[in-house]
Amino acid sequence: MSIHSIVLTKGVPDFREGQVSFDEDGHLERGKTPTVMNPNDEHALHAALQTKVRHGGRVSVMSMGPPGYGDVLKEAMKSVYADDLYLLSDRELAASDTWATAITLATGLEKLGVPDLVFAGFKTADGETGHTGPQTCWALDLPMITHVISLDVDEEERTVRAQRLVEGDVEEVETVETELPAFVVADPEFEASYRTAGEQLALKDLHEQTTERAREHEQHLTTWDHADLNLDPDYIGLDGSPTIVSSVDPIPKPPAEREATMVDPTDERGMSEVFEEMQPLAAGGD
Amino acid sequence: MTDEYEHYEAVVVGAGPGGAAAAAKLADEGIETLVVERGVDAGAKNVSGGLIYAEESAPYTIDDLFPGFREEAAERPITEYYIQNIAGEMVKEYDLTSLHEHDTEWSDAVLRRRMDSWLADRVHECTRETGGGLLTGIRANGLLREDGEIVGVTCDEIDPIRADLIVAADGVNSELARDAGLMDWEEPEEWFQGVKATVDMPDVDDRFGIGPEEGVAHLFSGDLFEGVRGGGFLYTNTDSLSIGAVFHLDSLVEEQAEPHELLDALLTHPLLAQWLGEEYNEVEYSAKLVPDSKKVAHTSPHEGRLVLVGDAAGQMQAQGPIIKGMNHAVTAGALAAEAFATAKRRDNPGSAGERYERKLKESGTMSKLRPKRYERMRPVGEREGTTDAVDRLLASPVGRIGIKAMDTVGLVERLYSSPFMSMSIPDTQTPYVTLPAIIAEELGSPVRDRSTIDPPSLEERIGDLTYDTDVGNPHIRLRDDSVEASGAAVSACPVSATGFGGGCYREETIQTNGTTKQVVSLDTQPCVECGTCAVVADTEWEHPRGDKGVEFKQG
Repeated sequence: MSIHSIVLTKGVPDFREGQVSFDEDGHLERGKTPTVMNPNDEHALHAALQTKVRHGGRVSVMSMGPPGYGDVLKEAMKSVYADDLYLLSDRELAASDTWATAITLATGLEKLGVPDLVFAGFKTADGETGHTGPQTCWALDLPMITHVISLDVDEEERTVRAQRLVEGDVEEVETVETELPAFVVADPEFEASYRTAGEQLALKDLHEQTTERAREHEQHLTTWDHADLNLDPDYIGLDGSPTIVSSVDPIPKPPAEREATMVDPTDERGMSEVFEEMQPLAAGGD
Repeated sequence: MTDEYEHYEAVVVGAGPGGAAAAAKLADEGIETLVVERGVDAGAKNVSGGLIYAEESAPYTIDDLFPGFREEAAERPITEYYIQNIAGEMVKEYDLTSLHEHDTEWSDAVLRRRMDSWLADRVHECTRETGGGLLTGIRANGLLREDGEIVGVTCDEIDPIRADLIVAADGVNSELARDAGLMDWEEPEEWFQGVKATVDMPDVDDRFGIGPEEGVAHLFSGDLFEGVRGGGFLYTNTDSLSIGAVFHLDSLVEEQAEPHELLDALLTHPLLAQWLGEEYNEVEYSAKLVPDSKKVAHTSPHEGRLVLVGDAAGQMQAQGPIIKGMNHAVTAGALAAEAFATAKRRDNPGSAGERYERKLKESGTMSKLRPKRYERMRPVGEREGTTDAVDRLLASPVGRIGIKAMDTVGLVERLYSSPFMSMSIPDTQTPYVTLPAIIAEELGSPVRDRSTIDPPSLEERIGDLTYDTDVGNPHIRLRDDSVEASGAAVSACPVSATGFGGGCYREETIQTNGTTKQVVSLDTQPCVECGTCAVVADTEWEHPRGDKGVEFKQG
């Protein structure tokens, strides 16, 4: 027996400083900002990898997006040693909201044959809604565990047991169990754990096997358009998206509230004034 | 309880040459073997001078076990071997190539990162076929016991592992050997400390007038180390040099010498100017504690299922101009594996340790590590009275005339070249400092070159090293911070120095209630994990966790 997992991932603008580019009005300049794998998805990938290391089987990665997302999937393949990649890509899919995206992803998953475990990350860095995963799960009618920080699969019993944060709070953890197939949303606190030498060796094997594969990722990439998925254009893309974004308001930077006074450290009087100012603070204890 | 832990037939701790040899031989015998190495890569924690020998008389050599070793993992064959006797700027060279070639099939200069990581790849390949494999970044931190018996190892990163054979190849600061009570860190006179600079040199062939398949070793002795007993070395690598010095730790402590300064004294000696020229590019500063096998090589290096190989068992032969460690580790590793394979075939795996001990003896390995000749001479040769008398005699006109007379018939060089003699050299001032200096004064000629190089400061050397600091989790703790108990570490630690605030050990003045007190403080951030302070100071010393701490790129 072995476990088939799929990780859903998304390409997002690289919001790291030095990478992201905004125009004068504060709008993101997509053309000037590189696309990367959604950072939160990494935890979903690690959850899938851990499952593969412990139970064998296969990890697939699926995304919906323009053809350029191939590189994002390649990154995913590298980090999770994925076996195959699926890209749902079509002009008709452009401007999908989370609803239309979920319908599309669920259709892709059904076409592939619903796997044992579907993993998603905790919200994307661009939309930040956190809706797509749960909506996809709803469309597939699978049991769902969110905010997962650790996970164990019982192959015999066909169950998954997970520790999850209650209300996203690190202080409160509950353990839940459900039947496979199941949908798992990995929390950013998720940590893969490989506590035996056997697991560590399996991980090393996977690493060796996939270095080559990631280089030729296109051979492992399947692209489906709306026709392949047998989706009616009225229910996908912009036309299938009930969400309307009425406007986007830039959040103004808060004004600096404090003024800084520069003191030359060699200026004795200036420095002693600083110490006097600090005296009451020091007396406070912590 | 411990039954649920993973089990391997053999677990090897440490992927240096000893561990690699053991693992390769175990795998060859079809024994399921797991190797754990705490470095981010094999070799990342390992430093050696480094010459590796293949001895004609040894039952195993590294290229027997790892075909292609010399072509792919080593730097250069060492084809010329000299000793430079130094007194100030007077130098007398003797050609010791014949000593170097005695019982030598070949000898290559190596850099450990490259060498050990190459070995580790081979080891992983062959052990994986047995159902085991090699893992890096895993620190075995102690022995797993059941009813007082050793049954496996415990690790920082993974659950304990049970095994029928545990090979402690975890180096000079072996935590397993100490856990088993087989080795200790008590006496400075049982240890050497080596410091080394790896120096970039793209044109080694031209500078030394050698071909690409040739290499040179120079040893340095005499008065260039401020009276500290020890010697220097220079080995040619493919496109770099390994230049360093090995000191008796007790002498280093006694003289309160700074190892990095002694290294600088060698680097800036005018004799080296002919090779170093004006451009000096040090790529790595490194240091290592070296066991003195004639005093500490364990004659019965096993306990239950545990066997010690290499530095972990004190198997480092460093005597006079002979410095051999890695070859003995290779032999010991393979012999331990052989012993376990036989023991297992005889349905008595528990007898592996006894068999290993016997093999060390019967193969002649133990008598190289602990030469009888030295043990016989030691009581006389190392008595203070004798040393003084000999030193005075040598320095007297009579002694000086004697040396000259001996040299005219080539006797000094012949004596130096005698493997017999070098086995009985006492650990005193005489052979390391007095005699070479007198030879240089009486027979040497002055060096004409001038050194213009300026080696990096200690701060720069530390800054150039790569560390993954385990913040908030220091691996060394001072048990006693008094200057009496731990002050020696301030100068003896290769990355600390008196008056230098950026090292591991510092002397601090603490004022309390109007009284001032001198104490020693410790910051393990720049630690190179040599273990010196474990011997000279009162510490609780552990290795950092896997992947953490210093990472040598050359080694």
